[in-house]
Amino acid sequence: MSKGLSLNNPESVSICLCGQAGQGIQTVEHLLTRIFKLAGFNVFATKEYMSRVRGGMNSTSIRISPGPVRAAASTIDILIPLNKGALQHVERNISSHTVILADKEMIGGDIDQTKYKFVDIPFTGTAAGIGDKIYSNVVAVGTMAGLFGIELSMASKYVEKFFSTKSSDIVQKNLAALKKGFDFGAELVKSSKIKFEIAADADVEDQVLLNGAEAVALGAIAGGCNFIASYPMSPSTGVLAFLARHAETFDIIAEQAEDEIAAINMGLGAWYAGARAMVTTSGGGFALMIEGVSLAAMLESPMVIHLAQRPGPATGLPTRTEQADLVLALYAGHGEFPRVIFAPGKIEDAFILTQRAFNLADKYQVPVFILTDQYFIDSYYNTAAPDLSKFKIEKHITRTNKDYRRYELTKGGVSPRGVPGFGKGLVVVDSDEHDTEGHITEDLELRIRMVDKRLKKGELLKKDNIPPELTGPKNYKNLIVCWGSTRNIAEEALQKIGRNDTALLHFKQVYPLAAQTAEYLQKAKKTIIIENNAGSQFAKLIKLHTGIDIDKKILKYNGLSFFVEELTEKLKEALN
Amino acid sequence: MDTKVFDMNDIDIAWCPGCGNFPILKTLKRALAELQIKPTDIVLVSGIGQAAKAPHYFRTNVFNGLHGRALPAATAIKAANPAMTVIAESGDGDMYGEGGNHFIHTIRRNPNITNIVHNNMVYGLTKGQASPTSQKGFVTPVQVRGVFLEPFNPLAVAIALDASFVARAFSGDIEQTADIIKQAIEHDGYALVDIFQPCVTFNRLNTYQWFKEHTYYLDDHDPSDRQKAFEKATETEKLPLGIFYKSPQKPSFEENIGIYDDKQVPLYQRDLNKEELSNLIETFKMRL
Repeated sequence: MSKGLSLNNPESVSICLCGQAGQGIQTVEHLLTRIFKLAGFNVFATKEYMSRVRGGMNSTSIRISPGPVRAAASTIDILIPLNKGALQHVERNISSHTVILADKEMIGGDIDQTKYKFVDIPFTGTAAGIGDKIYSNVVAVGTMAGLFGIELSMASKYVEKFFSTKSSDIVQKNLAALKKGFDFGAELVKSSKIKFEIAADADVEDQVLLNGAEAVALGAIAGGCNFIASYPMSPSTGVLAFLARHAETFDIIAEQAEDEIAAINMGLGAWYAGARAMVTTSGGGFALMIEGVSLAAMLESPMVIHLAQRPGPATGLPTRTEQADLVLALYAGHGEFPRVIFAPGKIEDAFILTQRAFNLADKYQVPVFILTDQYFIDSYYNTAAPDLSKFKIEKHITRTNKDYRRYELTKGGVSPRGVPGFGKGLVVVDSDEHDTEGHITEDLELRIRMVDKRLKKGELLKKDNIPPELTGPKNYKNLIVCWGSTRNIAEEALQKIGRNDTALLHFKQVYPLAAQTAEYLQKAKKTIIIENNAGSQFAKLIKLHTGIDIDKKILKYNGLSFFVEELTEKLKEALN
Repeated sequence: MDTKVFDMNDIDIAWCPGCGNFPILKTLKRALAELQIKPTDIVLVSGIGQAAKAPHYFRTNVFNGLHGRALPAATAIKAANPAMTVIAESGDGDMYGEGGNHFIHTIRRNPNITNIVHNNMVYGLTKGQASPTSQKGFVTPVQVRGVFLEPFNPLAVAIALDASFVARAFSGDIEQTADIIKQAIEHDGYALVDIFQPCVTFNRLNTYQWFKEHTYYLDDHDPSDRQKAFEKATETEKLPLGIFYKSPQKPSFEENIGIYDDKQVPLYQRDLNKEELSNLIETFKMRL
């Protein structure tokens, strides 16, 4: 142990857990984040992991703060390496300030004690003393609780709740492990070797701790989703699993399809019969769904597609993140037809936009995309719980009469949508070009009217969209543009820069683009875009629709999200 | 009920004169009329191909989707509203070729739908290429050396997967085919009816005459005998017709998904339980 570290009321403390897959990092992460929230701390957590079930090297980063904290940082204040090699895995983020709490026995010869602030804590030995090495994770949790001055009784209650389905012997041993760990932590504070004091925030208690997948899934339920068919694919599967877990409570049919083609065709069959359906997938899986997207357009069926991006092409980096499927979502499907693409930036956006996606898809009978990515899906923080009184499920189905025609030509292009069995009419839908009744036709005059009808809905959608959100001064000189998951990272970076001439414009709806887009950009002397891809896809989309070139591009495509510190530096550079 | 309730007015049918699709259309109308099922209570689901156009010549609810994808759509339609009689109808290329994966997994999933496959052993709409069921040696503009792929045997595959109901019919025999289709519709669970059908334009090998000479009806066959059914399905010299196999009663997909245990209401008549959602959101506050 070298010098002590004292941080009173820091902006935030960043904790990194690192170890092999299957070693229990997720348990530590789960327990720590919950216990921190119970203590009234603001919590943010994100992870990076390898595409394997065992071994490899995975890490979770947890930030805690007296104020809201919602973005990934690279700095490590406290590192808990859980095995040999863990230290090397995160070494580039270790600084002279980093305190390493580790069990020498676990991490072997990794430690050059002169180089790091290192505290040897016998996690394994203590756990073995209790009865099994397996309890070492909970010893580590206890140490953190002790270090941050959290009440032991509260931490114990949560641990008891977490293990409540296990035998009382296991619960008692975990509690004993927690207590031992807690004592190590408290002792460290007492000996003044380390001290972190995070002030509790009274708002935290009533807030929800959600990750992106949970927010999308809850938004879907709030949107009346009662059918999901999908094929497992990282990082999109969490939404399917969440809805399956709650299927019974909410009358949801959650089916694992044989492939993504079946999934989207099931979804379309479900909407046709009156259900509210979605699919959840990632790049390669979505590629298989593309003919189905085109079918949705031709049938004029609503469809909600959650597309969680990961780096491609092909299998790419299955467990990493990227924002490179915007163009794919934008142009997916042969033929010409309207669509909507949402890209949540905040956790609450994911709830609100997914809820809205169901209403919008139903109202305009078009495919609606929720475009997220691995970083967004796997990151979570505490935020205000959604106010359910603000959300309404809008069902746009009609009781049919005897002479009902599914594709009746209307002024706006939207025809009343009947479902079979509801009323006296017949509901006929066809993937071929069809007449107003829905039957196959090669009447080329009618073809023109049907194309116009479908495209007219796009005009309505341009008016019914969500404008970009401006953060910072209204009379900005510099405008930073971003979309989707980079929002919170950009916001914190902007705060760090602290310039009163620079604002941030975030797009949570990336298509159709809001009419105000050009105006926002024209007002700026300098525009900078941030994208988690190599091709600046959104900048190109902006150029296409406004004719405006973005001045500077900050792009990242190594499979990781931006980090606040990194983005702050890049923005400073770009602003100068 | 009169079959006329299913007739469409003023339609221009895209099938060749003498096409084996005509008797299938007629037979299906007859079966549904005899079962007294109203047009508003039926959904015909099809893919792409000449057979897949059949729903357009039938006055009822229609979902004419993508090539090969009728079964997933049909499964979901039935699951969202089990009161509907759902029939997935397409050709051999659509169901066994493009949709082969769905064919396998729909049998495993066992929705209570009827799967009618017009099997003419050739691609008609694309003008005469081999289909998955084309016989070896069949020469086409693409299979110029004759088909050398092993013909797909839908019945044997279905029986191997313990399909709920497996039958084969011949479009030239309206009486028997209508009877088989009726039993298939009334059967609780997935029911396959593969119907031999001559293509008068592109298949000069498997003609009406050929089918008459190369088929016979199963007689004295116990459809609960799976081994025997499999044996019958693999016969090639003369092809048996009739009901090959009925698996012991097993729950359908709609019964297994659980949401119809307490109430039979279709999904479009159900509403979100906001209180439950509020409770669920509350759990994410992670209180003790």
